[in-house]
Amino acid sequence: MYTLPMQEIPINTYNSPNVILELIYKLKIKDVMTTDLVTATKDTPLREIQHIMRERQVTGLPIVLGKRLIGIVSMDDIIKALDKGYINEKAQDYMTRNLIVLEDDMPISFAISYFDRFSYHRFPVLSKHKELVGMITSRDITSTLLVEINREIENLEQRTRTTSLSEEMSGEIHTYSILKHDFENAGYASTEIKKRLKSAGIAPHVIRRAAIASYELEMNLVVHSDGGELIAEYSPQTIQITARDSGPGISDVELAMTAGWSTASEWIRSLGFGAGMGLPNVKSVADDFTIESTLNGTTVVCIIELHPNQEET
Amino acid sequence: MHVQDLAALEGFKAEHSELENWEINDAYCGDLLSDVMGNAPSESVLVTIQAHKNTVAVASLAGIRALVICNNRSVPSDMLEAAKEEDISIFTTKDTQFEASCKIARALGRLDAGTD
Repeated sequence: MYTLPMQEIPINTYNSPNVILELIYKLKIKDVMTTDLVTATKDTPLREIQHIMRERQVTGLPIVLGKRLIGIVSMDDIIKALDKGYINEKAQDYMTRNLIVLEDDMPISFAISYFDRFSYHRFPVLSKHKELVGMITSRDITSTLLVEINREIENLEQRTRTTSLSEEMSGEIHTYSILKHDFENAGYASTEIKKRLKSAGIAPHVIRRAAIASYELEMNLVVHSDGGELIAEYSPQTIQITARDSGPGISDVELAMTAGWSTASEWIRSLGFGAGMGLPNVKSVADDFTIESTLNGTTVVCIIELHPNQEET
Repeated sequence: MHVQDLAALEGFKAEHSELENWEINDAYCGDLLSDVMGNAPSESVLVTIQAHKNTVAVASLAGIRALVICNNRSVPSDMLEAAKEEDISIFTTKDTQFEASCKIARALGRLDAGTD
């Protein structure tokens, strides 16, 4: 009874799609094998083993001593026994003792290469304590791989769909006019931007970041400026939100970027604004942030990546 | 808990509540809308005294599902309209923010909040 070093698998391991290679290394034999085992002992007559095989529709039966595997009786052994007339004899003298086994925490790539190399239809699977814990057939591998590949393809399709939706959005520019102290309509532009990203299938945590940035910029225009515009520009990879106003300008930009610092009036504060968190909030959610201010007006540009981490996956 | 469980809390009155099966997993308490915007978790309930339309806009953008307006403040009609449009539920109560938060913490099973 012995295991072999890893043999060739029928796909190359240099430039095959990662998804497939990852699958055959990630999936363990214990994820795939049959654990609902029928076994016999060395004293079981071959005739009885033949009946069990027919009843359970298996083509090989492991012979055990306690939890230890000592042999296998295959369909071939049964046919030979019928042919040579020793079908009523016990298993012990006729079972296959020279066994090739797999271990349960090996990746299924081992099993695939074993099936490729040997003519057996099934391999017994042992635990690290050398106890029989399962049997594996190529059918077990095929069905589990199908399910897993299906799941992976679903993910891929989902991602492609998202990308094509955001490409559809690419090139769009929306400009929203914002009036001074127009609390009535405040939030409209941000809500529109949020809806647009949502319909393009952008991930919720990215939408939230864009919503925070656009809302803070929109409220800044309402609260502090003499009026201005909020511009949303979509590219395949980013949304750029620009807030531009025609004054009065920020006298000390560095101070304005300090959390908690605010020039808002009591009335504005009573409405829940003017906490001095606006620009710091925008900066914290932005992948790129610039601010320029003169007496003639302020321009804030904030860029947010639409598909962060995609390169990593 | 769900949105409908808020209506069952003592002294809470539903001003607008239609998506009652929506899950509420967390809560946030605050009156500074920028702070709420930046820090409130999504799928949450906001405990606040800011009874005006902009609170609904912030809730919608931050993914907050319900508002609890405290200290017996009344909800203006334009706020209610906005809430209906944005699918945000609104409850009012005589409770202070502290009292309302305690009731919500019990309902969420989050009496250990802040101890981790």
